[in-house]
Amino acid sequence: MPTRTNHLPARPAVRSGTGKKIVKACTINKSPEELFRFWRRFENLPRISRHLVSVTEISDMKSHWVARSPADNTVEWDAVIINEHPNNLIAWESTPDSEIKNAGSVRFEPAPAGQGTEVTVSLEYVPPAGKLGAMIAKLYGEEPELQVEDDLNRFKALMETGEIPTTEGQPVGGDQKTTRRKRGAK
Amino acid sequence: MRAVCWYGTKDVRVENVPDPKILNPGDAIIKITSTAICGSDLHLYDGVIPSMKEGDILGHEFMGEVMEVGSAVKKLQVGDRVVVPFCISCGQCYYCNHQLWSLCDNTNPNAAINAKLNGFSGAGLFGYSHLYGGYAGGQAEYARVPFADVGPIKIPEGLTDEQVLFLSDIFPTGYMAAENCNIQPGQIVAIWGCGPVGQFAIRSAYLLGAEKVIAIDNVLERMAMAQQGGAAVVSSDEDVHEILKEMTGGRGPDACIDAVGMEAHGSTYDVVKQVVKLETDRPYVLRQAMRICRKGGTLSIPGVYAGFLDKIPLGAAFAKGLTFKMGQTHVHRYLEPLLRLVQDGKIDPTFVITHRVALDEAADAYEIFAKKTENCIKVVLKPHEQPPPALERRARELESLPSEEIAMELPRSKRLHEK
Repeated sequence: MPTRTNHLPARPAVRSGTGKKIVKACTINKSPEELFRFWRRFENLPRISRHLVSVTEISDMKSHWVARSPADNTVEWDAVIINEHPNNLIAWESTPDSEIKNAGSVRFEPAPAGQGTEVTVSLEYVPPAGKLGAMIAKLYGEEPELQVEDDLNRFKALMETGEIPTTEGQPVGGDQKTTRRKRGAK
Repeated sequence: MRAVCWYGTKDVRVENVPDPKILNPGDAIIKITSTAICGSDLHLYDGVIPSMKEGDILGHEFMGEVMEVGSAVKKLQVGDRVVVPFCISCGQCYYCNHQLWSLCDNTNPNAAINAKLNGFSGAGLFGYSHLYGGYAGGQAEYARVPFADVGPIKIPEGLTDEQVLFLSDIFPTGYMAAENCNIQPGQIVAIWGCGPVGQFAIRSAYLLGAEKVIAIDNVLERMAMAQQGGAAVVSSDEDVHEILKEMTGGRGPDACIDAVGMEAHGSTYDVVKQVVKLETDRPYVLRQAMRICRKGGTLSIPGVYAGFLDKIPLGAAFAKGLTFKMGQTHVHRYLEPLLRLVQDGKIDPTFVITHRVALDEAADAYEIFAKKTENCIKVVLKPHEQPPPALERRARELESLPSEEIAMELPRSKRLHEK
């Protein structure tokens, strides 16, 4: 498989030993090719990730990411692809001049017995330290692992069924503003 | 539209809510002609299922007419008359491909949270808590049905709503419970709980070749209905263990079905522990079944369990090499074959209905069903029927059968009682 590492930065976005790392895996009943194709177009990612507002591809290797942060603000950074094996691996990290230090990778491996593809996502970011660090922490929510798992579930549903399950916009009883008291969620 | 909304323990209200809309390309909107209250809805009514929110629309047994379909729907058309399975399945994932429809990977938007509790999440369910997706249910005038090409089954001409409505849950659930027993010729199946699922399990066990079915309950009209289905009936107030041993020639039942679930009666210990939240479920029936089941036998559990159980005699299960089969029903798997049984006259599912009421009377109907007053066994709601059916008890043969007579027909338990 051809490998492209020509944009590898001089030092990693998240220095080893300083980052918070999240690794999640799921099996998707589609070929590595189809899944790779979707993910390689980073502009698709906001469809599956609730905390991404947009990702714009500046060049083949470089992209601009906009994510939701607390109080309806957004945070932005640039990322470059640092490693790519077609239909198998994409790895990216924030550019050295980005204030938001983070890195990620996604790997696609065939699952046994024709069960599709094992998708492993790995994300790394600098944990809370100062204002920006806190923003990043919020970015992934109080339970970042849950958020990443949610995103992977949505990716799987979209790939396997063409839609993402939702109940947003369905009817619900009462005036929610007045009836949703604390005892609402037991 | 009008809809039955959950507001807390013993608090359901019929309210005006917005009409459902198509939210995803695979959705359909159904005008609901018949919908039922399920025994498992009583777990919601009793407040023992976590992650309900005020205003949630209840109901997972419903059928009706297709009003609108999303852009990706190909098989269903406006005007089709359909029954909707209670579990929502995508039809594409590993589990759907392996006929394990209620374990679908792709229909629960809250799967990640559910997985924190259970390890992995099952399918989304209509009207059954936010851990299972928080989908608005079918005790309403209209409902949105996701993956409409996968779940709903079209109903041929000539069958009434009430003949097919229970394909949505309780008939397949009773049937799967019996199928899970892997019944062989000559085998005896004991079934705890003569509610609607128990009733269908009794009849399904006979359809699948059981030699004898023994039903255990203590509600007289339910015991009588079990008898009408061919079961020998034992009162749960008696020494069930000894009676079942005697009735099975000392072997124990070949298979046991727990059609009661997490709110079993009979153990003060469990009631107290559940109230003070030291235990989420009351597994009284489960313990009894594990002890009496024959060596190498099967325990089939269609009754709902939701959390953590206390003092489960796993040692007994291990010592006897029991097989456990359980879980939400893979409804989609049973739609066609069970519809055929109804069409062929092998079973008439209407036998279980005791009450037919207007949607607006749902709050009263929940109370009657929960308290088992008025001989209530199964309530069907009619959201669009005009004039709306009054809340009154259906004249049943049952009423002519005096309760003492039913009690007298419990020979062994009666005999033991007299000793």
